[in-house]
Amino acid sequence: MDWKRFSFILLIIIVLFGTVVLVGRTKSSAILIVTSMLATTIAVATPLTLGALSGVFCERSGVVNIGIEGMMLTAAFFGWLAAIYMFHVFGADKCPSIIVGLIAAVVTGGLMGLLLAVLSITYKVDQIIGGTVINILAIGLTGFLNRQMFFGSGSVFGGQIPNSPGTLLNIHVPFQEIFNPLCGTSANCLEFVRSFNTVLDQRPIAISAIALVFISHYILFYTRWGLRTRAVGEHPKAADTVGIDVIKMRYANVLIGGMLAGLAGAYFTIESVPSFEPLLTNGRGFISLAAMIFGNWTPIGAWAAALVFGASQALQIKMQLFRDAIPPQWAFLQQSYVVGLIPYILTMVILTGIIGRTTPPAADGVPYEK
Amino acid sequence: MQSETQSGSATKGLLRSALDAMLIPSLAILTAVVLGGIIIASVGGNPFLAYYGLIQGSFGSAKALSETAVWASPYIFAGLAVALAFKGGLFNIGAEGQLAVGAVFAALIGYALPTWVGGDIPAIIHLPLAVIVGMGMGAFWAAIVGFLKAYTGGHEVINTIMMNYIALNTISFLLNGPMKDVNPGNVSARTPLIAESARMPPIFDGLRVHWGFILALLVAYLIWWMLNKTTLGFEIRTVGANPDAAKYAGINVKRTIILSMALSGMLAGLAGTIEVTGLNYRHELGFSIGYGFDAIAIALLGKSHPLGVVLAAILFAAMRNGATRMQFLTQMPVDLISMLQALILLFVAADAIIRFIYRIKAKGERVVLTRGWGG
Repeated sequence: MDWKRFSFILLIIIVLFGTVVLVGRTKSSAILIVTSMLATTIAVATPLTLGALSGVFCERSGVVNIGIEGMMLTAAFFGWLAAIYMFHVFGADKCPSIIVGLIAAVVTGGLMGLLLAVLSITYKVDQIIGGTVINILAIGLTGFLNRQMFFGSGSVFGGQIPNSPGTLLNIHVPFQEIFNPLCGTSANCLEFVRSFNTVLDQRPIAISAIALVFISHYILFYTRWGLRTRAVGEHPKAADTVGIDVIKMRYANVLIGGMLAGLAGAYFTIESVPSFEPLLTNGRGFISLAAMIFGNWTPIGAWAAALVFGASQALQIKMQLFRDAIPPQWAFLQQSYVVGLIPYILTMVILTGIIGRTTPPAADGVPYEK
Repeated sequence: MQSETQSGSATKGLLRSALDAMLIPSLAILTAVVLGGIIIASVGGNPFLAYYGLIQGSFGSAKALSETAVWASPYIFAGLAVALAFKGGLFNIGAEGQLAVGAVFAALIGYALPTWVGGDIPAIIHLPLAVIVGMGMGAFWAAIVGFLKAYTGGHEVINTIMMNYIALNTISFLLNGPMKDVNPGNVSARTPLIAESARMPPIFDGLRVHWGFILALLVAYLIWWMLNKTTLGFEIRTVGANPDAAKYAGINVKRTIILSMALSGMLAGLAGTIEVTGLNYRHELGFSIGYGFDAIAIALLGKSHPLGVVLAAILFAAMRNGATRMQFLTQMPVDLISMLQALILLFVAADAIIRFIYRIKAKGERVVLTRGWGG
């Protein structure tokens, strides 16, 4: 990550956070606003981070993955469906049902990754077309099954969508418990300590997403597997001559990518809200791709970019919260449609390359023929 | 005598190549239909009854035929939009946004122009004006992406998708605010009805099929002519096939990319425009959703050839139109059609699977439709 891109990311995040603090300052203290904004940013950046990681694995091995959106959508649906089935049909408890849902989502993502791999590696379909096929298939499949499973003639649920067993819960970090005694009776100090917990107490997928960023970085740049993956994505012929199985490496990485997209899908229906609606991913798979490109196909860079998008989404959420505190001259901030444009416009600006050009892996998108 | 045989064999050759071109798409449709039947049967439906309903609902009566044509009109335009971009080496996933922007502005001209000029406008001026503005806005929306592609290298696939969301958000804002139908009792996000003078008349009394369908067929022919018989078409195809070669041949590649994108957006804008002027007489939020992906499927199924696009559009229209009858007969949800279409697309895109199943040898070179991030 060069200084130009890093300062751009910092600048945008400061502007977005500053706006929220300025608007909300009459309602809450600055530190509370910043920490809750940070917490929201990390949470909503989760699917973008995982989606971008999915892209990094696929494309570092030479397969363009434009189907992240569809993989997320399918995984979100099947994860949710599996959780409901476990809970209502098999009568499992809440916790195991949710965990089965989580596993189902990751497996679904892996299967979608397998489909992309078969299309683009074995059958050498144009990779962007292959990804588009996955996106369209995901919309058709989830739309059809969503109706058929609950409202179809043979449905076990008899025409209504039952309650899902719920979502994954926050993991509490004992930060308060450790530092509260140091504050004594100072209310300000207690509030300060509590605000840290607002940021630290994230849900499991959000936490694992951050862990996966660093794990992926390590794997890609410090292991033999990572070196081979990158070799296959940069110059498959050379990799092949030194005995690396190009096809196998690509299959494995696309499968990993699919599972990461599946985990991103699980965020929507297993971690964020316990319900599914058609098209719920709403373009976030594509924004992940932009984050991956802006991060120059590196896990940490992609994470930083995902945080920028997360912050702009968090701004939209906070503006709804502080709606009546928005001064009249900033009335456009009240329009969620207008604030909602920020991530999309940001994506386009980033892709112009004015904030530093990026270089994709040399063999990205090219099927390998011996 | 000799020339007669020659032209005879030429016709035969043409017919043969047409049949060859249609072989894979036809087999892809067949395979998808069989797979779809298995899916229907597996969820407890009767596949034969379902397909019977599908055909009856789409071709079974004059009204059914008319409705199929109504569905087909925007599909032809949108499919041509994607196909034209493919010819120019561009992947336009943004037909949906371009269509919506075209529709909104056609509607704006349709309902607001009479109040702006303070009186009625003759239909001979009003209708073409609405159509031109709708086309123009579609072209503008896509040209932005073309410009970014030509001058900054920003990839059109992501940018067109972003433009879709920008269009959706902006139109939601307009239809809930400045352009909202203020009639008492209206709660939905939609524009007022357009003036009579901006409406496209139906072809037959009592049926909904309108002149937009004829226009679509005409434009399909024009696009074929433009691509194959004009310098512009040659330039678009050359840039699509090999931008480097095009550059050395003295073609202005940047200009051609912007132009291909603008023409593509214009066609998508037309799809939205005829829906407003010929069918709904207003723009309503959400009606454009799904058209973009359908258009891609149609363009791929039609192998980006205008005639193929027309046939594929009619097929997709028939499926959408017949779905209601199918649902009535078998209680299969309409969404089944989306899945069937996705399967068709899958097999058309991955023609290697079809070749493998039916043991057909590949011939000729692979056609490159899109390029990775670099190009």
